[in-house]
Amino acid sequence: MADHSLSRGTLTEPRWVRWLLTTVALMFLALFLIVPLAAVFSQALDKGVAVYFAALHEADTLSSIRLTLLTALVAVPLNLLFGVVAAWAIAKFSFPGKSFLITLIDLPFSVSPVVSGLIYVLIFGLQGWLGPWLAEHDIKILFAVPGIILATIFVTFPFVARELIPLMEAQGKDEEEAALVLGATGLQTFFRVTLPNIRWGILYGVILCNARAMGEFGAVSVVSGHIRGSTNTIPLQVEILYNEYNYAAAFAVASLLALLAVVTLIVKSVVEWRLKTGSRF
Amino acid sequence: MGIVIENVHKQFGSFIALNDVSLTIPSGELVALLGPSGSGKTTLLRIIAGLETADAGRISFNGEETTSRSVRERQVGFVFQHYALFRHLTVADNVAFGLNVKPRALRPSKKEIKEKVHDLLKLVQLEGLADRYPAQLSGGQRQRIALARALAVEPQVLLLDEPFGALDAQVRVELRRWLRRLHDEIHVTSVFVTHDQEEALEVADRIVVMNQGRIEQAGTPDEVYESPANPFVLNFLGHVNLFHGRVHQGQARLGGLTLETPEHADANQASAIGYVRTHDIVVERSASADASIAATVKHVLAVGPVVRVELALSENGEIVEAELTRELFRELELKAGEAVFVRTRNVRVFVDDYQI
Repeated sequence: MADHSLSRGTLTEPRWVRWLLTTVALMFLALFLIVPLAAVFSQALDKGVAVYFAALHEADTLSSIRLTLLTALVAVPLNLLFGVVAAWAIAKFSFPGKSFLITLIDLPFSVSPVVSGLIYVLIFGLQGWLGPWLAEHDIKILFAVPGIILATIFVTFPFVARELIPLMEAQGKDEEEAALVLGATGLQTFFRVTLPNIRWGILYGVILCNARAMGEFGAVSVVSGHIRGSTNTIPLQVEILYNEYNYAAAFAVASLLALLAVVTLIVKSVVEWRLKTGSRF
Repeated sequence: MGIVIENVHKQFGSFIALNDVSLTIPSGELVALLGPSGSGKTTLLRIIAGLETADAGRISFNGEETTSRSVRERQVGFVFQHYALFRHLTVADNVAFGLNVKPRALRPSKKEIKEKVHDLLKLVQLEGLADRYPAQLSGGQRQRIALARALAVEPQVLLLDEPFGALDAQVRVELRRWLRRLHDEIHVTSVFVTHDQEEALEVADRIVVMNQGRIEQAGTPDEVYESPANPFVLNFLGHVNLFHGRVHQGQARLGGLTLETPEHADANQASAIGYVRTHDIVVERSASADASIAATVKHVLAVGPVVRVELALSENGEIVEAELTRELFRELELKAGEAVFVRTRNVRVFVDDYQI
């Protein structure tokens, strides 16, 4: 649209239509996103700040926070490692089964989280394939922390890899080859050339991965067993408190997740901006 | 540092990129690998660098076999077509990269590295740009930085993959003259890949013409231009006209041309093609010799320093293109549709392969 005067007359909608569309969009946003978000915080603080912090200090809640942090602490670095390795392999080399691998990485996105959870029940449950053997050796995976971590890893599998593959494919492998010719070792090439070029993409993937790891409900719910103070993550703890009509506590804990979402959004926009304005730093 | 390439073979799937290629590159020379795309020239360059491994054959630097040595041990400098500068590093850090990654025992001190970077930037005439990032440079500047970076590790061999390919025409000419002067200064054995015959003829000490994974001819620019070994080389270096006909016992009859070809003395009614470069076609108003052929001017293209004239031979209607200087063109005052006479200089006759 080089010619503005022309486009205004022929291509742009009348002013009132633009106003209407903008208003409708903003109202939707307010109704479905901002009002609920505000409701979470107002409900959480309904009975005062003292009740809010007391609810967060409750033993079961503290344990759920610890478990969620532990889960994210294990799942995110593992998926970061996997994501970088997979993206490296896919973007820089060609091998048979490459497109199949890309499809496979996307699998957790297309499967319902409940199904993801059930897969682990099928494998590790008492009636499952490995169940009897695990019971014999007294190894607990299902209804225990390892199961929760496994389910979380599965669900957050694609985030880092998906972010890096197009980025690394676009960058090609010229720079890596240049580094090798200049005498750099494989590790030097990775840390001095590959990693700096993808660091904002990595951060972006990690943020999204972390948000999902901490907020995942479905898959974790299936494998957790809902043992209070032991296998409940924050989302599960919110559900339990809510089902017990303990609204103030439920919303107080929920506000933690809401806060995480807000922080994630802010960091995400900053990183997106950096990705766009050039990867010089 | 001479390079000897012996019987190198490389295949990608069913595509033969290099078919039993052998070549010797003398120490200190600037050699061009010239050929159309898909001729295997870049593959050969990458195999010399160690970025690609040959399926069979040997590469040695100065008599020392390097086939089994990895890229980083070969001590080559490589300049990529699209520069491949490290985008997150400044120009100075780019140039210093090869020094910074050396094992601690071999690494020069920070001060020495700084001096070396300064000297190299001076060599490529970009001293003021040390703190810039690659994205802030023009194409020609980036390629010179890439060259400085490659030279920083004092390579035994400098390899350049279409070094001017991504630049616009004017910068390309400027930069290749500069490369020639630079090579005269530093004398490192250099190989560059190009598909531009003008570039190869102007810059290189020796030209290796490649086609379909084979070397068609290797020699000085003069040799490959003046005595091309076969029709492909002749065709690839400059514009040529083709005269189809036959050779019989040392005499060729090609269209309206009749000439003696003692090198084909034992040919027996063999089908042959005579090749004449466009500037070896002489256009005249009147027949000056027996060899003159009548023709009609079809089309005149008078753009640039030379004038291209398309002529139809009266005898068989074949189209011949001639290149005239502007002066001569003005003298002749040629116009489309006029009848003229054509003479040829330097006809090269090659008997069709399947007839031999």
